[in-house]
Amino acid sequence: MFTFLNNTVQHAVIDIGRYCLLMWQAIKAVTEIRTYYQNLFTQMVKIGIDSLPIVLLTAAFTGAVTTVQSAYQLVSPFIPRSVIGGVVSPSIILELGAVLPALVLAGRIGARIAAELGTMRVTEQVDALEAMGLNSVGFLVVPRVLAGVSMFPLLYIAAVIIGIGGAMVAGETSADLPAQEFLKGARQFFNAFDPVFGIIKACVFGFLITSISCSKGYYTSGGAEGVGNSTTQAAVTSCIFVLLFDYLLAELLL
Amino acid sequence: MIVVENLTKRFDGKTVLNNVSLEIYEGETLAIIGRSGSGKSVLMKHIIGLMKPDEGHVWIDDVDINHVSYKTLRTVRQKFGVLFQGGALFDSMNAFDNVAFPLRMFTRMKENEIYERVMECLSVVSLPEAGKKRISELSGGMQKRVACARAIALKPKYVFYDEPNSGLDPLTSGTINDLIATLSKKERVTGIVVTHDMHSVLKIADRAAFIHKGNLHWLGTVEDLHRSTDAVLLEFVKASEYKIGY
Repeated sequence: MFTFLNNTVQHAVIDIGRYCLLMWQAIKAVTEIRTYYQNLFTQMVKIGIDSLPIVLLTAAFTGAVTTVQSAYQLVSPFIPRSVIGGVVSPSIILELGAVLPALVLAGRIGARIAAELGTMRVTEQVDALEAMGLNSVGFLVVPRVLAGVSMFPLLYIAAVIIGIGGAMVAGETSADLPAQEFLKGARQFFNAFDPVFGIIKACVFGFLITSISCSKGYYTSGGAEGVGNSTTQAAVTSCIFVLLFDYLLAELLL
Repeated sequence: MIVVENLTKRFDGKTVLNNVSLEIYEGETLAIIGRSGSGKSVLMKHIIGLMKPDEGHVWIDDVDINHVSYKTLRTVRQKFGVLFQGGALFDSMNAFDNVAFPLRMFTRMKENEIYERVMECLSVVSLPEAGKKRISELSGGMQKRVACARAIALKPKYVFYDEPNSGLDPLTSGTINDLIATLSKKERVTGIVVTHDMHSVLKIADRAAFIHKGNLHWLGTVEDLHRSTDAVLLEFVKASEYKIGY
């Protein structure tokens, strides 16, 4: 038992140390724009545009389900129906529009990045980049992290719009809640800081998912099994840190 | 000129390289030979600067690559072309883009100039028609030849070949050997070949360094190799089914 705990702590410390080192190298490499600018646009498409369908699908159904469940819970002659809009809309803006897509993307993007970099590591492609005289962190890690930080807020905005749209459609069709009533409630409970908070969260989640996955992939060892382990660890660790920072940011900023 | 001085490397307490010292002169081809797991590839990775030694130094053109900034190390590495054991081609690109990659990253050549240089390199390895093929569409031998074309694209001063003939048929292997010999003799490129293929060693190398259990056991010219009476070296050569001697 002691040995297991000792090994777990040792691995965690090594992982954190490697992660910090990689991020420090990435920060130093940010100025070498020539190394990564072409790759940056490719990653923005892969992380942003290619993730749009799954993010929008998640957001639309989340909005719809939240409306139906809120309507189910708020059945009372003393509560106006517009309150449903006032409950669902901030929930999407503050929490659901950022966290649920982030969890989905931790699997989709996190696993892809870790598998990509892990395969490059075990097939010596990373060594080949270094041997050519190229900064492999600048070429591989920086564009992915920058793409994550820049595209997640845009995905969040799209998720919020589609989420509220899905909520309104569900309200109309199954909760006996006209769209005008929904919007009336949404306006009443709207706080201008809420979307700012959501965008900040999206940036942080984008950074966490891409940087953690890059770290897991970049330090892969052990062939196909190693790539598999890195991929799983990237998705799981990203999810854990998304949830952890979701709580920390709420504590700090709300 | 490359100087390796008292190089020692340990992994988990096990000594993989023990006090290895050797010099690689400009324009020569040095073969680093030895059994699998003897430390040949580890030695090569130290010379490229991909690994840091526990003790000792590696000097490339009077620059101690283990005691310079990362930026300087990268500048030194631009003198290298490296053919990795598995090719290490970027599988997100086709063959043409793989060869063009270093040209696009490190030169200001125009696309038509890059096209000409890439086709020249692909022709050298007898694959002028393979440019548009994805890496997954190429056989192992073809991948190695494309990797070779990429290694020479920037006309490097030093070319490292890690097991250049492994997995190749005799004809393709001969093509690669001819290429290494041509680069060495005509272009005066310094070649460092990690191999256990004695046929290649005797065909392309000027000198050979025999690594045995992490030690530099024997170092000499190919002519010396023919005359050698070293029992360990002879055992290795005999095991590779090659007869030396005149």
